[in-house]
Order: sequence, then structure tokens, then C-alpha cells
Amino acid sequence: MTLDADWAERWVRRAAEAVEAAKDELTELDRQIGDGDHGENMHRGFQAVVARLDAAAADTGSDTAAPGGSAREVGDVLKTVATTLMSTVGGASGPLYGTAFLRASKVSGRPLLDPSSIVALLEAALEGITTRGKATVGEKTMVDAWSAAVDAAERTARDGGDEVAVLRAAAEAADKAAFGTIPLLATKGRASYLGERSRGHEDPGARSTALLLGAAMAAALAGPGGAA
Amino acid sequence: MSAPVALVLVSHSTYLARGVAELAAQMAPDVVIRTAAGGPDGGLGTSFDTVQAAITAALDTVGATVPDDGGSPRARGGVVVLADLGSSVLTVETVLELDESLAGSVVLARGPFVEGAVAAAVTAHGGATLDEVVASALDAAHSFSPAGTPGGAGGPAWAGGAGGEADAGGERPASDTVTGRVTVRNPLGLHARPAALVSRKVAELGAKVRVDGVDASSVLQLMALGAIEGRELTVEAEGLGAAEAVRVVVGMIEGGFGEI
Ligand SMILES: [Mg+2]
Repeated sequence: MTLDADWAERWVRRAAEAVEAAKDELTELDRQIGDGDHGENMHRGFQAVVARLDAAAADTGSDTAAPGGSAREVGDVLKTVATTLMSTVGGASGPLYGTAFLRASKVSGRPLLDPSSIVALLEAALEGITTRGKATVGEKTMVDAWSAAVDAAERTARDGGDEVAVLRAAAEAADKAAFGTIPLLATKGRASYLGERSRGHEDPGARSTALLLGAAMAAALAGPGGAA
Repeated sequence: MSAPVALVLVSHSTYLARGVAELAAQMAPDVVIRTAAGGPDGGLGTSFDTVQAAITAALDTVGATVPDDGGSPRARGGVVVLADLGSSVLTVETVLELDESLAGSVVLARGPFVEGAVAAAVTAHGGATLDEVVASALDAAHSFSPAGTPGGAGGPAWAGGAGGEADAGGERPASDTVTGRVTVRNPLGLHARPAALVSRKVAELGAKVRVDGVDASSVLQLMALGAIEGRELTVEAEGLGAAEAVRVVVGMIEGGFGEI
């Protein structure tokens, strides 16, 4: 499987679908321990990302009719995602995911990603989120999911796993970590105002992180033009 | 001519931002105050584009420049930003990180939203520098503690208080301190408007003035005194122009601020 700019585009298109499908769930999670806007915010953001990608595809489609001969780098796609999310998401996840994708784009200025560059991408995203949100592991935030994903991806790459294996490890770890936020006490973000009452609920940002990384894996598995 | 420092208030809520802007502007009419409020869909939230536009517009009005002479980047004017909650703060930080041209002339002050905005506006109105306005916004957090309690030792009464902080007993050399006493005559006393008038005048005079132990250049500390009609206040000043400053402040309070 080649992880190129087309993969990155498939990733974010799938992420948009996953967010759309989970919109109500994310909103419900955020309603329980936050301000109830996460589903709506993420949906608005990713719809805008898809619109941008569509517009870009329409542009280049008319100029260069060379299918597959794309000179795009992975980072180009991620940068579009970053700036669009920043402008359109609206809640704290706008600057958080925006910064994550921006940092990720800076280490992905290449046509193809190998396992170690996927690890680098995830690490950069995590670093962006912690820089922006100042949260650490265990505070019931999206950092819990990202951090578990980075650890798992690193381990898998070190053990010789291929691109798909690395993405799968990251996605599974993020999913598990999102569930793992349920018993935690929130000490960052809006949920922290609830104190003890924040326990027993899954963090919406950790859940949306798991969705995004799941989409990255699915895009890799499906391959170019492949149906899910 | 507007003040060299402009403010941008970033809030999830349009009502909140406008209300705080109105409150601050009442006490600092010459300061440019912009708001950036609401999310991309117009509801409660934060919009990157709106925040960026407000900061840029505010910066244009003060014509701040990043000094290229190696001097203190904040010695001149600029923009001070106050933000209400989580995503407002994160969004401002993201805007500042992404637009390097803002570095040095735009500062996010992590002070309390209402008190910080009022303090920053009044300080900016006195023609203060960027650093001074930021400091006043941060210092406004102290307005939640009983700053005005007489003899309250070691409070934040003096912004620059390096040493020599005498309590009400007065261990300072008497020679460079001038003291006056005055009784408040208007019924509402040192409420927002008179406090702003006094603090502005004190900033203008340049002397260090205390009223009942609190820094008279701080509108919030003056208000926190809760001084109403009949209260006797001690006005002290030190340094150059101390006598004149005491005379002026005593005169203002004695005059009742046009409210008697
Ligand atoms: Mg929310």
C-alpha cells in the first residue's frame, strides 16, 4: 500500500463521512460534559474540508488530465485540512485539530510515507495538540487518544510493521484510549468545571480522534478507487 | 488621537463581548476596543477568521510597528487581547502563532475578562505602553481579593512596588512622602466613573499616589475601596510632583465629581 497524497485525501474524505455518521453521538458526549457542540462543529469543519478538496480537484482536473500522475505531497493535503478546520470548526477542537494537522503537514512534505514517517506525522500532531491545549495524558482529553496512538504506532514500526499495520495499531490504540477516558476525572477544558461529575462519560475529543485515525487506516486498506 | 494601545475582546458570546466593550469604553473613550465574538455559524463559539480580522483591524488603528532597532518590542503601542474561555484563548494563540507579523505588537493577556478589560482600557487611556497595559490586565485578578482593606500588608497596591512598601504605620522616610486627608462628598463615592477620573489623572501626573493604601492609578483598586459619602480617605504621594498630586487628588474627591 502506498501512502501518498491521494491516500491523505481519501483519509480526510472518509473522516468527513465518519464524523457525519457520528455527529449526534459526538454532540451527545459533549452535551454530557461540555457545551454540546462537538458533533456540529466537527461536521461543519469536515464538510468545509471536503468542499475545498472538491474545488481543488475540479481545478487541477481541467488543467492536468493526468490521473495518478499527481505531484502533490501528503503535506499539501494536510495543510488544506489544517487551515480549513481552523477557520470553520469553532470550538476548542478547531485550533487543536488545526494545529495538529498543520504540524503533521510540516513533517509530511514528501510524496510517499513509510512507516517511520507515519510515526513522525502522528508525533507532530500530538505535539501540536499538547502545545496548544497544554494537556497531558490522563486529563480526559483528546491527548489521551493521540498519545496512545503514537505509542502504538512507534512500537509497531519498530517491530517492522508496514504502513497499514502502523495505522491499524494507531487507530486501535486511539479507540481503546477513548473508551479509557470514561472513568477519568477531567482537569482540562470545559469538562473540568464539572469536577467529579465528569467521571463516567467518554471524552468527545478522544472519541473524534479515534474516528479520524480509524479513517486513516480504512483509507489505507481500501486503496485508490477502492470501495470500502 | 487615539491611545497607542488598542484592545480586542474575544468571547464565545456576542452579548458578553459587546457588554464588556461598552463597560470599558465608558471609562476610556479614546481607546479603540474591538470585539471578536461567536463561532463560524454565528452561534456561541469562536471563529479564527473573526479573531484574526479584529486583531488586524485593531492593529491598523494604532499603527503599531515592530521596532527594527533592537529596542524593546513592546515599548510602544500595539494590541492587547483578552479572551473569555478555552477555545477563545486557543484560537487567539493559534492566530498569533500563524501570523508572525503580529509578534511583538499583539499580546494575549490572560487576565480576568471583565476586570482585565476595564483595567487595560483605563491604563491604555492614560497613554500607557503595551507592556503596561498587559500588566494592568493581569494585575486585575487581584481585584478579587480585598485590596482595599486598610493596612492590608503586602497587597498588590503598587504595580511596580520594588521594596520600601510601608504599611499604614509608615516606615517610609517622611521626607519624600506627602499626605493629605479628604472626606468623600458625593453619595456614591468612588464608583466606576469617579474612580476612572482619579486614576486617569494620577496616570497623567506621573506621581505615585495611594488612596487609603491602594494604588490610585488602578481604577479597580480604587473601586474596591468601596468609599462612599462620609468616608475619610488618606491620600499619599511620593517622588517628583508628590505635593501637587496630593493637592489635585484631594481636590477632585473634595469636589464630588460633579455629583453633589
Ligand atoms: Mg464543545
